[in-house]
Amino acid sequence: MSGSGDRRDSAVRIGVLFPDLLGTYGDGGNAVVLAQRLAWRDIPVDVVTVAAGQAAPDSCDLYLVGGGEDGPQVQATRELAQSRALHRAVDAGAVVLAVCAGMQILGHRFPDAAGTDQAGLGLLDCDTVRVDRPRAVGELLTRDAAVPDPSDPSGAGRCELGVLTGFENHAGRTVPGQECATLAAVEVGEGNGDGTEGVVCGKVVGTYLHGPVLARNPRLADLLLGWVVGADVLAPLDDGEVDELRTERLRAARSHELAPRRSWRDLLRRS
Amino acid sequence: MSTSPSPARPPARTSPTTHLPARARLAVATGRAVAGASKLVHFGSGSVIGGRAALLVDRDLLGQLTAGREVLIVSATNGKTTTTRLLVAALGTDRPVVSNSLGANMTPGIVAALGTADPDATAVLEVDERWVAPVLADTHAGTVLLLNLSRDQLDRTQEVRKLAERWHQALAATPPARVVANADDPLVVWAASAAPSVVWVATGQEWTSDAAGCPNCSGRISFEPGSWRCTACDLARPEPDVSVDDTGVILPSGRVDLDLALPGRVNRVNAAFALAAATALGADPQAAAVAAGTVQEVAGRYRVARIGGRDVRLLLAKNPAGWHEAIDMLAPAPAPVVVAINARIADGHDPSWLWDVDYERLAGRVVVATGERRHDLAVRLRYAGVEHETAADITEAVARAAAAPGHEPGSVVDVAANYTAFQEYLELVGGPA
Ligand SMILES: [Zn+2]
Repeated sequence: MSGSGDRRDSAVRIGVLFPDLLGTYGDGGNAVVLAQRLAWRDIPVDVVTVAAGQAAPDSCDLYLVGGGEDGPQVQATRELAQSRALHRAVDAGAVVLAVCAGMQILGHRFPDAAGTDQAGLGLLDCDTVRVDRPRAVGELLTRDAAVPDPSDPSGAGRCELGVLTGFENHAGRTVPGQECATLAAVEVGEGNGDGTEGVVCGKVVGTYLHGPVLARNPRLADLLLGWVVGADVLAPLDDGEVDELRTERLRAARSHELAPRRSWRDLLRRS
Repeated sequence: MSTSPSPARPPARTSPTTHLPARARLAVATGRAVAGASKLVHFGSGSVIGGRAALLVDRDLLGQLTAGREVLIVSATNGKTTTTRLLVAALGTDRPVVSNSLGANMTPGIVAALGTADPDATAVLEVDERWVAPVLADTHAGTVLLLNLSRDQLDRTQEVRKLAERWHQALAATPPARVVANADDPLVVWAASAAPSVVWVATGQEWTSDAAGCPNCSGRISFEPGSWRCTACDLARPEPDVSVDDTGVILPSGRVDLDLALPGRVNRVNAAFALAAATALGADPQAAAVAAGTVQEVAGRYRVARIGGRDVRLLLAKNPAGWHEAIDMLAPAPAPVVVAINARIADGHDPSWLWDVDYERLAGRVVVATGERRHDLAVRLRYAGVEHETAADITEAVARAAAAPGHEPGSVVDVAANYTAFQEYLELVGGPA
């Protein structure tokens, strides 16, 4: 993988883009997970939070773009399209994780609140279209996930991630293009809408998984960090508690337990 | 349903429903019969089911039950139950008051609460934030209290912006004589600006994460300590009419001392809303403040009870904004605490909001994670650097907290739970008062 063997003399810079616009579903937790997994390994980290209206830097090593509501999604796109900071960073080799609305705006086009097509940032080869069906809301579980190793010029190398687990909550359907890989096939849930989940172009990763995705899937977290610092400097961590959570969520997803022990009493109380 | 005693209460009529039209009387009777039957088969209190049945008989029943009655509506994401209770106490000092309770805060529950009430009693109604428009249209409430709007139940509640829009439309369609609203919540300010007359309450609300985008123009809201404004339009923090200090509430009529039995800064703010509304309706400020001060628990919140032979205090915290306030109410570190998280339908199935809570502030003590989603919480606490354990049920959780370092023998263990976990423990200790 790229960066392998590097010994960085500066902190890993993580840019959290517009959490005030795109932070609806706890996706800010992805930054906490990445920062802690570096800190636990004594790798210095600097989290740069970019609020709406502030200029996004183009100098971060890794960017996080979260999920959000329809209106703020358009505003975030406008700011990034004008500054092109994220485009410059990606050209320079930065890693990006874009979740849900974040993935949608990184594609070529996506529907706004009124259903009108908006131009996306074009950093992921995918289109998001409006479909006439209820929102996809619930546990999302994939088969074994893998992404092309961006450091392998043959394109044959794969980075294995195991099954991915999370919670999806989105309206659009995302159609991956020819230039992109998908993360995985879907076992339970909707994902992109065609039986696949996520879109990956080089070191830009898009997904519908909330949870947050990196809290539930530490292998994905370490894959992104490895792309920045080199996989060989990432000492193993004790993820026993995450394994317990994954076991429990995999069971819930496979038993289609959208409503864990949902009772009549609960329904009556809130109705 | 609670009816406060009143010294000046007129003699009760022979039957509280004789003033109603025949159809409404039939509806109330049907509702009571169904509620009774429902209770017999252990469907909870039965009031909601009874209310539904009554509405089938008379769709306009809520309008009938509130015709000629003074009505106040309390709505918010957080604090509506407590504020309703405080307002009932404050108004109960000089008039009969009827209120819904137990979270039955949509039309069926409200109808059930009003069905048998004294027709002269003032109705103080807790209303679900999604039901403000229909309840306001039916009741023509004279006073509407709007406390806050933030994310809750990510997977099923509408976007908060859309809720603000519906509040705005509801107030324009059925303007109440007065709105009492939070000056520090841009979503609430914009919604309330549709009303002809607003009493603005300075809440010092620190939770602004759900209001970065302007509800008026989609521009950006810029927050500064004690103030905010939209950078693109003229929406800005209004000059407050009501505020709180450490020992009292400053009302338009002057300052009044407030000594609350309920804990926390947020409850002082809730009391300020209640006193602002009550005094606007003519209640004596001193008497109202004293009455609010005596409220000790609200639908089980803050109750001290025994679980597994140990004293616990039950706290409800169900979303990031609620947790932001609740952490300050917990016994200070190093006292261990129990945190319980479920993700049932009433909680929202997606507990990823746990990552929006500043659980880092719990560091320096042991947290015992329990509830059906304790593993989600455990992972969150691990990344927050908070020492923690997990326990499969509440009795084990309390025992573990009591055995953890930092627990003073004999002291009360704080249990902070989200909605269905809280209800489960409340039933365990005997149900709502
Ligand atoms: Zn504006």
